[in-house]
Amino acid sequence: MPDVLVLVDHDGERVHKSTYELLTAARRLGDPAAVVVGTPGTAARLKEALARHGATSVYAAESPEAGEFLSTPAVDALELAVREVSPAAVLVSATTDGKEVAGRLAARLDAGLLVDAVDLDSSGVATQVVFGGSYTVRSQVTHGLPVIAVRPGSFESEERPVEAGERQLALPPVDRAASARITARRAVLAGDRPELTEATVVVSGGRGVAGADGFKVVEELADALRGAVGASRAAVDAGYYPHQYQVGQTGKSVSPQLYIALGISGAIQHLAGMRTSKTIVAVNKDPEAPILELADYAVVGDLFAVAPQLAQEVAARREAG
Amino acid sequence: MNIVVLVKQVPDTAAERTLSEADHTLDRENADLVLDEINERAAEEALMLKETVGAEVTVVSMGPGSALDAIRKVLAMGADRGIHICDDRLRGTDVVTTAKVLAAAVRTVEDVDLVLAGNATTDGQASAVPAIVADLLGLPQLTHARELTVDAGRVRAEREAENGEATLDAPLPALVSVTEKINEPRYPSFKGIMAAKRKPVETVDLDDLFPDVDDTGLLVSRTHVMEAVPRPARAAGIRVTDDGSAGRRLVDYLIAQKLV
Repeated sequence: MPDVLVLVDHDGERVHKSTYELLTAARRLGDPAAVVVGTPGTAARLKEALARHGATSVYAAESPEAGEFLSTPAVDALELAVREVSPAAVLVSATTDGKEVAGRLAARLDAGLLVDAVDLDSSGVATQVVFGGSYTVRSQVTHGLPVIAVRPGSFESEERPVEAGERQLALPPVDRAASARITARRAVLAGDRPELTEATVVVSGGRGVAGADGFKVVEELADALRGAVGASRAAVDAGYYPHQYQVGQTGKSVSPQLYIALGISGAIQHLAGMRTSKTIVAVNKDPEAPILELADYAVVGDLFAVAPQLAQEVAARREAG
Repeated sequence: MNIVVLVKQVPDTAAERTLSEADHTLDRENADLVLDEINERAAEEALMLKETVGAEVTVVSMGPGSALDAIRKVLAMGADRGIHICDDRLRGTDVVTTAKVLAAAVRTVEDVDLVLAGNATTDGQASAVPAIVADLLGLPQLTHARELTVDAGRVRAEREAENGEATLDAPLPALVSVTEKINEPRYPSFKGIMAAKRKPVETVDLDDLFPDVDDTGLLVSRTHVMEAVPRPARAAGIRVTDDGSAGRRLVDYLIAQKLV
């Protein structure tokens, strides 16, 4: 079977769940081969976890400056790996970084780029959802190597233990005139909550939350359901919650099993970011709010009464059962 | 300083968007076309630099005849000149070719210090074009910036991504893509709209941008849309009015759906 290269998302110590999903997706096309870009020693730390999830080879593209520059080391590493392995496809996670890496790689290789795939079949046909969930599109790469950015959460991560071979890729030195250096990083302070785009439950607040303090109600419900917190653009613009939690056309697209919208009216831009959620619950005082029309379960009522009651009830049922 | 701003005309996200049945490209005839909102913020950032450090601002857009409206709007905001890439052969082109064509247009501007773009367009949302243009031009990419500083031949940006924030630093020339958080774009004044009519806009096609190559290599279609199916509208589900017990009843629903 040909190799399918998977770019590993990691924090230096742990592999992100989205990478395990890519390994699952890659198995449909060939033998998953993981490419680890990082400082020396990173691949050795991650290898066991990658092999447990089915990576038959681990390519180590390591250099002391690998983490210091935005995207360029990953693009260089994948380009090197492609020239060495001649893979059947390259898969990356459709994150902010991943989409840019995929694009730059595709341009360098004159390859075909598919972004935001939510499914993939064994012939490499990708399913995408476009225009904020109003169309399902099936596309394939017809020229050059398929470079596919897969939306996190679209595939199940599976344990599939194999023996992984390890190989080194010699990263070229980074051209400082052509690369942006990362001089500081601040992690998102999400506490123990799952990452928004990867969460199976998302609880979002809108203008109806009526203030930064009101978001405690949203957070408490999210915690009771072990979910992530999101916010509508109106709530973000009003300063109730930080921008990186914005769900919608100009924020993040989410597709969780359960999406709970609290005090969100349902502007088309917001719906574009969450319409593909499996089950939608909406709570809004305004019986005319558009989001109530597309919710699987709509509550006309005060979120400050409904959400805490729901959170308490979930906690109580968990304890009982 | 020479600044190039890349802008795109897109269907208004506040309206319904449809794909043509014939070739699955955007049905432009039935769409309200507007200058993409995030691009407007990229233009605003260029104009603020023009006011603070002095700059010649060139606005570049690829698209059919109507894209001229998007260029004129940025000229009305205060940009100096426009380049309109207009060529029927570019209809429905993929992300990689789009970036190659935009990069070629940027190369026609002399001594470019800064290329500015929006971080994503609201129609395609691939969010990859600015990074590809940077790669093709050999420029550092400072993408998804919610804050930008240009000083002493260097550019610094605060980048926002789902895994956290980062401060980026690079020498000029560089490419920066901005998020919608970066600023509030100005409205063109009446005077600006009148002045924009006299500002130069150069219309170029593929033969102008790539005089030495035939278009077969450039325009080769790398991807093919096999099928585009409108998704069924979500039907309204259960609707209740809270009588003081909605939260408790909702739990029963969530348990029945195996969501709790």
